Amino acid sequence: MTNKREEYKLNVGKIEEGFVIDHIQPGKGMDLYYYLGLDKLSSCVAIIQNAFSRKMGKKDMIKVEGPLQQFDLDIIAFLDHTATIDIIKDGEIIDKPKLEFPQEIVNVIKCRNPRCITSTEHQLDNIFYLTDPKNGTYRCKYCETKWTPIN
Amino acid sequence: MKNVMSPLDFSVEELEALMDKATDIMAHPQKYAHACDGKILATLFYEPSTRTRLSFEAAMLRLGGKTLGFHSADSSSATKGETVADTIRVISSFADICAMRHPKEGAPMVAAEKSSIPVINAGDGGHQHPTQTLTDLMTIHSLKGHFDNLTIGMCGDLKFGRTVHSLIEALLRYSNIHFVFISPKELMLPGYIKDKLDSHPDIQYEEVTTLEEVLPKLDVLYMTRVQRERFFNEEDYVRLKDFYILDKKKMALAGPDMLVLHPLPRVNEISTEIDDDPRAVFFKQVKFGMYIRMALILKLLDINVD
Repeated sequence: MTNKREEYKLNVGKIEEGFVIDHIQPGKGMDLYYYLGLDKLSSCVAIIQNAFSRKMGKKDMIKVEGPLQQFDLDIIAFLDHTATIDIIKDGEIIDKPKLEFPQEIVNVIKCRNPRCITSTEHQLDNIFYLTDPKNGTYRCKYCETKWTPIN
Repeated sequence: MKNVMSPLDFSVEELEALMDKATDIMAHPQKYAHACDGKILATLFYEPSTRTRLSFEAAMLRLGGKTLGFHSADSSSATKGETVADTIRVISSFADICAMRHPKEGAPMVAAEKSSIPVINAGDGGHQHPTQTLTDLMTIHSLKGHFDNLTIGMCGDLKFGRTVHSLIEALLRYSNIHFVFISPKELMLPGYIKDKLDSHPDIQYEEVTTLEEVLPKLDVLYMTRVQRERFFNEEDYVRLKDFYILDKKKMALAGPDMLVLHPLPRVNEISTEIDDDPRAVFFKQVKFGMYIRMALILKLLDINVD
């Protein structure tokens, strides 16, 4: 007879080659999933929400099978400054690259200033520049409005 | 330099050279009367602005050039849905230089990216209005002779007032300026401008709510209008629009050499009773504006007059 606790245990298997985005702020995992275009992958992707974390209390995690090269990982630093990356090869962590704020972000976020030219001329790229690397401040290329997340 | 989007596009040295050129044009207008013969300035004004547009046109006409353009979005192809990028590509075929005003912030930058002729931002929403800042700097420099060590008061709408923000940023490059910001609490300077002030250790500033207490110590008083179009809420506009009115009684408290500047148009924040006071220089300021625009057109068209 199957043990009930075993039957309902959440088990995400070990990956052989790929990467893990760890220490994502709880609730932000799905945002990162879409921003990175992970929904378009055919390989195995696991999203874990509200996992226990000694450091953060709760955290989200994303495990992705497959090579890392095709992703713009710097965007993660912009989207969630607490997130970290573990690169996995042969089932072992081989690197933990430091995430830097990208100098420029193109078509990831939209300017929320209703007076910005991008609000009416939709063919324009939404471009933001890093203006304060210390605090991770980004401003719209066109109207210079500071990007502030809604939550 | 091909385009002018912000007053900070100029280094202090370039600004100095531009003001020297404007001063020379003022002193010897005949020398420059045909400097732009055969050249055309396009004034693309997607929203009304009599003063700035006429100042640009007067500047080009006094240099011997010609002007064409439109003065509202209604009389442009924007009503048919034409993008700024397409409009400027078309205008580039007709004119040699362009001044653009647009209600949307960043529109002149979009134009500059696609243009084959120099583009001057003539005001984009609440964002930048570089030639107004050049005008303000030119006025102070011509009448005071320097920027360093001045005590400069700025009064009125300091929250939405783009002329104030741009002027502060331009003045931050000089030494020992003491700013006095006079505004109701609701219209105080935004945090990002204060952050910039705080990052300059030799710049001092104070924020007050009454004008009378600070008038005696000011070298320059920059008055601004509380603008209806910057408010989303009519009630707030009505409540704050008459907060400060500069009149004879207040001017009696000011020093004999204090200059009163205003980007104009004024509504009633400066009483007409002080118009003849020699310290009220806001109409002279308009003239300085035309001369600095003349100098700017020459610079962008790379025309040298010896």
